[in-house]
Amino acid sequence: MAIKIGTEQFTERVDNGIHDDFMRGAVASAQDGMSMKRKAATTEDLGNWEEWRNHGEEIRQHVLKYLDYYLEQLSENVAKLGGHVFFAQTKEEANEYIRSVVQKKKAKKIVKSKSMMTEEISLNPMLEEEGCEVVETDLGEYILQLDEHDPPSHIVAPALHKNREQVRLVFEKKLGYTKSSNPEELAYQARVTLRKKFLAADIGITGCNFAVAETGSFCLVTNEGNADLVTALPKTQITVMGMERLVPTFEEMEVLVSMLTRNAVGQKLTSYITVLTGPKEELDVDGPEEFHLVIVDNGRSNILGGEFQSVLQCIRCAACINVCPVYRHIGGHSYGSIYPGPIGAVLTPLLGGYDEYKELPYASTLCGACTEVCPVKIPLHNLLHKHREVIVEKEGKAPVSEKLLMKAFGLGAASPTLYKIGSKIVPAAMSPFISGDKISKGPGLLKAWTEIRDFPAPNKERLRDWFKNREKGEKS
Amino acid sequence: MIGTIYNRDKFLNQIASRLNRPRISAPMERTKWKYEPQYEIYKDADQYELLEMLKEHCKKIHTEIFTVDLAGLPEVVNEVVSEYGGGPVVTWKDERFSKWGLDSLMKEKWPSENVDVFEWDYTLWEENVHQAEHANVGITISEITLAESGTVVLFSDKDRGRTVSFLPKTSIILIPKSSLVPRMTQAAVKMREMYQNTGHVSSCINFITGPSNSADIELNLVVGVHGPIKATYIVINDI
Repeated sequence: MAIKIGTEQFTERVDNGIHDDFMRGAVASAQDGMSMKRKAATTEDLGNWEEWRNHGEEIRQHVLKYLDYYLEQLSENVAKLGGHVFFAQTKEEANEYIRSVVQKKKAKKIVKSKSMMTEEISLNPMLEEEGCEVVETDLGEYILQLDEHDPPSHIVAPALHKNREQVRLVFEKKLGYTKSSNPEELAYQARVTLRKKFLAADIGITGCNFAVAETGSFCLVTNEGNADLVTALPKTQITVMGMERLVPTFEEMEVLVSMLTRNAVGQKLTSYITVLTGPKEELDVDGPEEFHLVIVDNGRSNILGGEFQSVLQCIRCAACINVCPVYRHIGGHSYGSIYPGPIGAVLTPLLGGYDEYKELPYASTLCGACTEVCPVKIPLHNLLHKHREVIVEKEGKAPVSEKLLMKAFGLGAASPTLYKIGSKIVPAAMSPFISGDKISKGPGLLKAWTEIRDFPAPNKERLRDWFKNREKGEKS
Repeated sequence: MIGTIYNRDKFLNQIASRLNRPRISAPMERTKWKYEPQYEIYKDADQYELLEMLKEHCKKIHTEIFTVDLAGLPEVVNEVVSEYGGGPVVTWKDERFSKWGLDSLMKEKWPSENVDVFEWDYTLWEENVHQAEHANVGITISEITLAESGTVVLFSDKDRGRTVSFLPKTSIILIPKSSLVPRMTQAAVKMREMYQNTGHVSSCINFITGPSNSADIELNLVVGVHGPIKATYIVINDI
């Protein structure tokens, strides 16, 4: 599916989101729950949380600064252990390499653990084209996959927008499931079905939370333990990583893993953190005989060295998503990207281009809540603002409504007479739309706003008149 | 066997050029970090405090915990296995089981009571995984135990299969009290030291914190998804 999800325009997507009551309720309670847990595990549990953020930031900045060095060290160490490393500049290169491995192995059955990177390069459609059965083994992703590839709406809890009854129906239709919508029974069904898939798979495919340059290792962070089975049972393993997802040594890995789990789900550590190094050793029974590491650029190097470089510090914890007031109201699908929320609004236009994603930097109130919680101190709202500057100044691509608005305001504000007239006639012109002291169904440019909330009715007395009267000694 | 590296130079040159400098390839000195808050946490805690912390945290991760002296170990292991519904049991091949006095339980008592016990044997290859898959209980040993998060750390090798800790329905992990450290920080330092001393890292190091779980359906916590459904820690008083 690449970065893009769905085919609707931004406004349609937002419209769908805003009118999906279950989703909005689920998102709101998820945000509240996750934020509370995050706070408990960060600011409250670690008294010197700011120092942790500073450390997180310095590690990530250091790695980006010496990225070529650490990637070389990583690849050397993986190769020394007998693993193969493929550097892919584009998603096409990554897919072609993986295709060649699949063909060489004559693989038909593939199990995967959750990986945003493989979504980004549209790996699954390619594998299916090769005639492979590809099974997502993270419970959330498995549900989405069974439901005709419904796109994910949150990077940590991908099926957040679905309720248990919807899940039950999907299981009933696709797996012949006959039990209740109790999450435990549903999860047990998934366990039984997926266990067979793990045992029969030819290839296991994973993403990578952090690779470790010094030892050629990488780690996977899960609660379900699915990544362990994906990497222990199939004979061939392919790991796909974004090129920036690495650290110098185990010591920095530990810091970032701690920050990831605390920020993502409020856990000190998740149930499984698996550190894998190379293929299995000669006499090991379980683990892959063959290991391929695919390191993907896919537009990241263009971000390096520029004003958006800090977005590459991201450790994909979703803390920013969980505090974003805009995400809360419109939900993950509205962003039209596999990366939603503030991080998505910054990253998606960089990877997918302004043509497709010029609205996303405007899907923000610039309140800065995202920047405040980011464990690696990405100045997210500043980057959103920067995007807007680029869109308006260099690309001339501001969304039409904003352009019109600014044009009209510019015209009106440039002439004192026009401004005077304008501000005088507004209360009269708007009177048909006013009920009480608010506008609930506005015309023209106000329509988009009042569909979602009320707009305060213009004051009958203008500031200028109020000021004049006040000077005359009247109180108001 | 050395693996192959494809397309590296072009890829890394592009990065260097974007960073506006020549490529860096020569070994770099280890960076000195300005902030290092992780070493401060619980650094003065003694073994007793660490154990209390571990016990406390086990409540949050749906894991039962017992503390025993060596003499009481066989009895507790036996009780937990029966509570979990008996065999089949699968274990690592590890001389510590015998050192800790578990031979009579594993090699005499259980077989005599028809509780199947399978000890990992790499010469049998796939049979090991088959046994683990059909086992009711898997028994492993924690090399490093993190008090703060209630985490056990397992290192795989030819005698210590990865799947013993996640294919069986339930899991028992033996924890030598001496393996307790404050948090993952100390484990990372130790792993790095091991690598620097030997040039070797286990192909799989697993940090396990209680049984597997998921909150993917309406954020409802479900314990026991792909890995074990239940887990018990048994801390052995070895110091």
